[in-house]
Amino acid sequence: MIAALRCVIQRDLLLAARRSSDVMTVVLFFVIVVSLFPLGIGPEPKLLRTVAPGVLWVAALLASMLALGRVFASDHADGTLEQMMLGATPLGLIVAAKVFAHWFVTGLPLVLISPVLALQFDLPQELLGVLVVSLALGTPVLSFIGAIGAALTLGLRGAGALLALLVLPLYVPVLIIGAGAAEAAAAGLGGSAQLLILGAMLIVAAAFAPWAAAAALRISVE
Amino acid sequence: MNWGSLDNFLAMGGYGLYVWGSYGVTLVVVVVELILLARRKRNAVESIR
Amino acid sequence: MSINWFKYSSPQTFFPLAGKLALVFGALAVAACAVGLYLGFFVAPTDAQQGESYRIIFIHVPAAWMSMFLYVVMAFWAAIGLAFNTRLSGMMASATAPTGALFTFIALWTGSLWGKPAWGTWWVWDARLTSELILLFLYFGFMALQAAIDDPRRADKAGALIALVGVINVPIIYFSVKWWNTLHQGASVSLTKSPTMAATMLTAMLVMIFGFWFYGIAAVLLRARCIMLERERGTEWAVQYAKEAVA
Repeated sequence: MIAALRCVIQRDLLLAARRSSDVMTVVLFFVIVVSLFPLGIGPEPKLLRTVAPGVLWVAALLASMLALGRVFASDHADGTLEQMMLGATPLGLIVAAKVFAHWFVTGLPLVLISPVLALQFDLPQELLGVLVVSLALGTPVLSFIGAIGAALTLGLRGAGALLALLVLPLYVPVLIIGAGAAEAAAAGLGGSAQLLILGAMLIVAAAFAPWAAAAALRISVE
Repeated sequence: MNWGSLDNFLAMGGYGLYVWGSYGVTLVVVVVELILLARRKRNAVESIR
Repeated sequence: MSINWFKYSSPQTFFPLAGKLALVFGALAVAACAVGLYLGFFVAPTDAQQGESYRIIFIHVPAAWMSMFLYVVMAFWAAIGLAFNTRLSGMMASATAPTGALFTFIALWTGSLWGKPAWGTWWVWDARLTSELILLFLYFGFMALQAAIDDPRRADKAGALIALVGVINVPIIYFSVKWWNTLHQGASVSLTKSPTMAATMLTAMLVMIFGFWFYGIAAVLLRARCIMLERERGTEWAVQYAKEAVA
């Protein structure tokens, strides 16, 4: 079974590597959106420093949501998904593996680039660590929750916008806590409380979301 | 609560816009919902025939 | 005495019952709202701090309460539908959503109109109002998902799943928004700190809650009847009903 999961992850990573434009699009979207904010609200450094955690978090949230449609769509299109559903490995585990691979190529790059973008906002260096950790913990949660939406909207017209509508309300707590970590650190309170909550969210999401997404897949594919 | 006159009642102590704006929109929403339901039912029955 | 729990679980038997119940609850709603509004406008006194503007509370609180209650009801029907695979449960869930969404809109609208004279702005990022806004998005998501799926059974099940995921998240959303609000709150007073309510104000509000509740039941039942006619259009009872119905 571990071999099967490793196979799923390797396959997804390989497919993503072949279509590397998908990964680049997400990262570029993140960069562009973050750059749009100062253009919209003015370059005043104090303001930018205040809004930096929130802006980076919202941009990462939107960027990772962009890529969500692809978690199951291509496998659904060529019939691989149905084979996975018929196989011996529990669908929930397969979903978890696919979500991990998906996060690895769409979420992790955002986490790695975020410190560079945070410098654009002149975020103090002490806060960079908290911000990066919050994104590192939070983006997988977003991927897990998003997978449920992706599974429910599989093959539907207008799936992209519908996916956003379904999933954004569920993202709100993650956003609040995630951005709140760096903001609390900025206020001198330290971000550890928020980071711990994010960690808990990650564990809960990893435990439950794959099964919900698997149920959604069965509903969508029947 | 003795309002004294209809004018006082409508003015709501200066807050008439907010109070009647609330009640008015609520009434509109309820009426619209019921009208839409009636129309939906009529369409359903028509399409069965 | 054995109760046949499943007697009304088919659209055929539930349809006429729903019609009768809708009339009963509709009448009760009118009565309760009449009493509640009378109490609210002619018995309850002026509030010391907010003057007459507080009278919006007789709509705002019942609407907000119903918006949350109906979401839970919707999730309940969703769970039953998934567990027992009954068509009617899915229809009830779909029937509940629009009424719930309308109550949410009313809560937001009246909340905004109440906040303007009290705190000067048309929108306050108060924890409860913000949570209501997210609740509206949750309702929209449910309805949009069902609208996008042609197959009614898949629509039922998909909607049920998102409704259940939503209902589990509602407390999480509420607490995270509450935390967010306290962290960022300036000197503004929160809408959750209601005026010290005279007994008459409280009574009027409670009666209005019942009025809204009865109205909600009636509206949902009426919509459920529409859905039953739409989805069961080929069945004998539906054809029979359409024949006998006055145009």
